[in-house]
Order: sequence, then C-alpha cells, then structure tokens
Amino acid sequence: MSPLLSVENLRIAFPSRQGPVEVVRGVSFELGRERLGIVGESGSGKSQTGRAILGLTPVSGKATADLLEFDGIDLRDATPAKWRSLRGARMSMVMQDPKFSLNPVMTIGKQLMEAVKLHGGKSEARDKSLAMLEAVQIRDPERVMAAYPHELSGGMGQRAMIAMMLVTEPDLLIADEPTSALDVTVQIEVLRILDRLVSERGMGLIFISHDLELVSTFCDRVLVMYAGRVVEELDAAKMSEAQHPYTRGLIGCLPKINGDVRPLPVLARDAAWLE
Amino acid sequence: MRALRLSATVAFTILGLLVVTFLIGRVVPVDPVLAVVGDRASQSTYDRAFVELGLDRPLYVQFGLYVEKAITGDFGESVLTKKPILDDLIYVFPATLELATVGIIIGTLFGIPVGVWAAVRQGKLVDQVVRILGLVGYSAPIFWLGLLGLLVFYAKWGLVAGPGRIDISYEYAFTRVTGLYLVDTAMQGQWGAFRNVVSHIALPGALLGYYSMAYIARMTRSFMLNELAQEYVVTARVKGVAEWRIIWVHALRNAAVPLVTVIALSYAGLLEGSVLTETVFAWPGLGQYLTNSLQNADMNAVLGGTLLIGIIFVGLNLLSDFLYTLLDPRVRRRS
Repeated sequence: MSPLLSVENLRIAFPSRQGPVEVVRGVSFELGRERLGIVGESGSGKSQTGRAILGLTPVSGKATADLLEFDGIDLRDATPAKWRSLRGARMSMVMQDPKFSLNPVMTIGKQLMEAVKLHGGKSEARDKSLAMLEAVQIRDPERVMAAYPHELSGGMGQRAMIAMMLVTEPDLLIADEPTSALDVTVQIEVLRILDRLVSERGMGLIFISHDLELVSTFCDRVLVMYAGRVVEELDAAKMSEAQHPYTRGLIGCLPKINGDVRPLPVLARDAAWLE
Repeated sequence: MRALRLSATVAFTILGLLVVTFLIGRVVPVDPVLAVVGDRASQSTYDRAFVELGLDRPLYVQFGLYVEKAITGDFGESVLTKKPILDDLIYVFPATLELATVGIIIGTLFGIPVGVWAAVRQGKLVDQVVRILGLVGYSAPIFWLGLLGLLVFYAKWGLVAGPGRIDISYEYAFTRVTGLYLVDTAMQGQWGAFRNVVSHIALPGALLGYYSMAYIARMTRSFMLNELAQEYVVTARVKGVAEWRIIWVHALRNAAVPLVTVIALSYAGLLEGSVLTETVFAWPGLGQYLTNSLQNADMNAVLGGTLLIGIIFVGLNLLSDFLYTLLDPRVRRRS
C-alpha cells in the first residue's frame, strides 16, 4: 500500500536582509496511518514543516520539495480550490492555544458547523457537531455550542478545537503542540481523547512537540529535528537506543524523579550537526 | 442596574459640560449686559439689566439658574438673530446633520472595502494607490479641494449644482418638517426638489465623504492587517474556508469592533459642522452659525452650540459603546 503522505527534500526559506534563510532544510519522511512524532526545539522548523504540508507557509516564505504527495495527490502545484477541498475534509490541524486559534466573536457551534457545512452536510451539521462534542467528552454540548471561546476553559477550548478538526473525519491530522498551552492536569485528558479518536478512526497523525517524553509515549515513530533537518528517526519504543548526540543530549536533560542530578545537564550543541 | 449606571455617567458628563460652558461664559471678556443693552445705554439702564440678568448674585446661584434654564432648553436669545438659541440650533443643525450623514455614509461605504482591499494586497500596487489617495484626502486643505471641485464639476462641467442647499425656485415646493431636505422632499413626493437637493449635496457630501474615507480606509487597513495575522485565521484556512469568507466574515467581524469607534468619532467630527466646507459651499449649518456668532461675540449662541456639540459627542460615544457590546461577546459579559 502506498503511504498516506510522502515528503521528500522539503525546504522552506524566508527572505531576510542577508538573503534567504532556510528554516527547513531537506526534510524527508513517509507517513502511513500511524502516529508520527516530530520533536525539536524552538526554531527547529517542526511547525513550519507541519504547516507546509497543509500549504500554509506564510506568504513571505517559500516552500519547495522534490515530492510532496498526499494520497497520490501532488500538493506542490495544488490550486487554491484544490487546497480548499483537501483542507478540513481530508487533512486538518489542531493548533497550540485555543485562546488564539478560535475566532473570538463566533460561537463554538457556528465555527464547528462551518467546518461541516463546507464539506457537504448542511442538513446534519448541527447533529454532527453535537455528536462530535460528545466524542471529545464535553458533557454539555448544547451549552458549549452556544458559548463563545472566551467562556470556555483552556481544556474545553482545545477539546472544541479537536472536535472542529475531526468532525469532517479527515485522513490526516497534524497536531501542533496541542497541549503546550494547557494545564498539566488537563494535558493528559486531552491527549487521551486525541489518542482514542485517532486510533478509532485509523487516521494518520503528525504530532509536533518539544516534549520528547510525551512524544515517545504517544507516538509510534519519532523524528528528531535540529536546525531545519531531521537528525534522527527512531522507533518510539527504542528511545534509549538513540544514536545522535543531540537526541542523547535531550534524553539526558529529562528530569529524573528519583535521584538528584547536579549539576543539571547542559545540552552542548555541535556546529557539525548543522551539516 | 446597567441602565442606571449608564444614565448616571451621561448625566455627570453633561453636568461637567455645563460647568465648562458656564465658566467660559463668565470668563470671556464679553460683557453680557452690553450685549443686551448696547454700548450707548445709560448707567442706570446698564445697572438694571445687570440685576435682571442675575449677575449680582453669587456664582453658584447663577450656575443653578443656568442649569435650570439649560434643562428646559433655554439658552437665552441670540443677539444676532433675536431668536431663542434653541430655535436657531433646531434650524441650522439639520443642515449639518444631513451633510455629515451623507459624508459618513460615503466614507464608510467606500472606506471599509478599500481598507480591506489594501490590507489583503499589502505592499502591492493597490495598497500604494490607496495610501496616496488617503494621504491626499487627509492632507489637502478641504477648502481648496472644495473650491477646485466647484470650479470643475459646477462651473466647468455643470454636473452638480452650486453652493447652497437648494435652488430658490424649489425652496417653497415643500414644507419643512425634519429640516433634512432629502427626507422632507422625498416624503412629500417632491421629486424635482429632491433631485435638486441631491445635486446640491453631491459635491460637499462627496468631499466630506472622501475626507472621512481617507481616515476610515487607513484604520480599516491596519485593523485588518492585525486580524489577518491572528491564529484563528489559520484555523479557518485549515478548515478549508474560502479566502473571501476568511476576509469578509472572519477577520472583518473582528476588525469591526475597533472600527465602530473610528467611524463614530469621524461622524462626530463631521457633525461639529465643518466650518470650512460650510463656508465654501454656503451651507447654512452649525459650523457657519457658530462662526458668525463668534465673530459677533454672540456668547449665548456660541455656548448653546458648544453644548449641542458636546451632547452629540456624548451621544455618539454612548452609541458606539452599545455597538461594541453587540459586536464583541467579550465586552458583553463584563458589563
């Protein structure tokens, strides 16, 4: 079976006064109906990689690739109309902070139903939305439908966001730091919901995070990115076998519950990793 | 509860306004007695008028009387027209109201789409053209543009009517009800007069419209740029929402919140009576009335007019606050 998504030599550059700066420099991977984690520090290009797959590279930037194929569709020269039919319907993205990623002047219900209606389903938009809100374990979906984003807590907002992105039953979901803006206690809950829905529906998932431990427990496979490149690809279960010094450094930085590590380990970066 | 607090705020603001106008009336070196009796009156006449006007009483008593009269709409008599100030204001204000309303409608109708367009095509040719048009509209003296407009569209091409609100031949074709000639003529089915009024108001209205459009477009552009950079816009794109809907529904709905204030304040500015425009177009409005009164040291008229402008400001601010709560659910909950 051919993979759901193939990315080969993805490059994203932004202009600057010193000439174009490449923030993603030749990323390649394949994704089936599995859960792939992408970890890396701020500026490693992990979010830009995710957005490029959805064709959402900022207008000032330029994304190029030797291959960018989703279910046999070449995304590199997709027209705006093609993108509109793919986004939402077949691929979608959960973003970081529901405080900013939900439209503040529209009710949750309106935003949810908009997603359904756009991809054919005008009559059942309301029922579908309610069912989806229940699926993300919102106890009082009627009330949440009528609520504005600022009336929900972070956890509730993010569940509404997940509902909005899954209600059209896409094949691929990109989750860009979906729990980073949430309280630790809520994080696990939201992750469980996401995990269950993704495995129930057999979707492909790209989980972008800076949290190595979280990614390794939640995903099947992990890409470690550094300065716009994939420095290592690992089975999530075999994190301890990491070869690359950067990955090893990251693992070494994880706090240990028993045993005080002093001095705290510092991640030493090597200019050679850039090559 | 909310209405109570609101009316208290309004009452307090207007009281403050009254204090200011009252004090100005006492401070300016215009003798209110001389304004009544004339400068050739004898000393005894002067003294009697001084007492009759209550100027021998303590200041706070005078203020009390002033407020009492103001509440009943009595601002005294105009030296110039010999009519009560209120009647004068009721006569001149509709002219300004009509012109300002036409201006703000044109300004909003064109300003918002143009501003949105410039924001969407930021840095492109459209944006530059809008920027230059806005700059001209904002910095060219309005009397110069007005005279130029009259020269070209009235004198040379004869496309519009000249100065004034209406031709004399139509002046008595309808009865004055609201004082808004467009409304009066239309309601009475006097279409000939209506067309004449339109032809008169077209040029000054378009000019004020252009002037406010320049500002509204500029502000719309910057509010829209701000909104289009927000994360919820990315969310909408991820959902597959069409670009026009993202711009006109998602982003503009958010940009509309601060825009309401901009438009309300522009409108208030136009309602003050644009003195220059009214002078160039011989428009018998508030601006012209106040200028004439000022030149003739007609303090009652000036203060009455000032009070009217103040009340308009308070009223429009109130209106924009109200629209705020309609447009922004986050404000709705707090209040």
